Amino acid sequence: MSLFSVFNISGSAMAAQSQRLNIVASNLANADSATGSTGEAYRARQVVFRTLDVSADHAKGVKVAGVIHDPSPMKITYNPKHPMADEKGYVTMPNVNVVDEMVNMMSASRSYQNSVDMMNTTKTLLHKTLSIGQ
Amino acid sequence: MINKLDKMLGFHQKALNLRAVRQELLASNIANADTPGFKARDFGFSKAMQNALSTSRIRSGLTTSSPRHISPSNFRSITSMPAQYRVPQQPSIDGNTVDMDTERVQFVDNSIKYDAGLTFISGQIRALLSAIREGNH
Repeated sequence: MSLFSVFNISGSAMAAQSQRLNIVASNLANADSATGSTGEAYRARQVVFRTLDVSADHAKGVKVAGVIHDPSPMKITYNPKHPMADEKGYVTMPNVNVVDEMVNMMSASRSYQNSVDMMNTTKTLLHKTLSIGQ
Repeated sequence: MINKLDKMLGFHQKALNLRAVRQELLASNIANADTPGFKARDFGFSKAMQNALSTSRIRSGLTTSSPRHISPSNFRSITSMPAQYRVPQQPSIDGNTVDMDTERVQFVDNSIKYDAGLTFISGQIRALLSAIREGNH
């Protein structure tokens, strides 16, 4: 029954988008973390999506293939009073781009809403299918 | 008698099946709107419907010598119509060709037509019941 696999597809999309939202939250929260458990400044994380086979048909779901560390250069600021400053007075700050992350967040939440909407439509259709001939 | 019932409901049953398959395909397109390199797919409904109607009439000439062989009629399912890639209007640089507007419109259109198919089939069943009860409720 192919309508049921719409639930798997949009469910997988919701899981993937919420993980993306989670990563965005982590990036935004750590936008100013000059140090962490490794002793280095926080590096922004990004999720990579890939397709996922959920049914025997052509239809595909989504899954998070992995979380990568953003390769963009770290922000170097001059602040000699900072405890993490090097001998020249420069501090390495996270490479989180706050504007990018906000856009990422909006995109993730819209995609999540789309998936919820798909699920609701399909649920209505299945309910109607169950009441055929009544 | 059963044969006639099957014939009467068969058309809409096939239409509903195809609509469900298409709904799944469109859901997959919407779900993968952010997946790099994903190509949106769809199939032409009228052509798929013709295909589905003709497969039930044409019997393939393959013979099976063991009951465990897959019979040709089972093998050719309703979804044997291959899905085609959608021609992108605004492809993005990561190779993704999902156009959210098109997909949403097609999704809603498909669900309304699925709903319409359900209404037709319910109407037919109601008509049959009415005939069985000689018009009395």
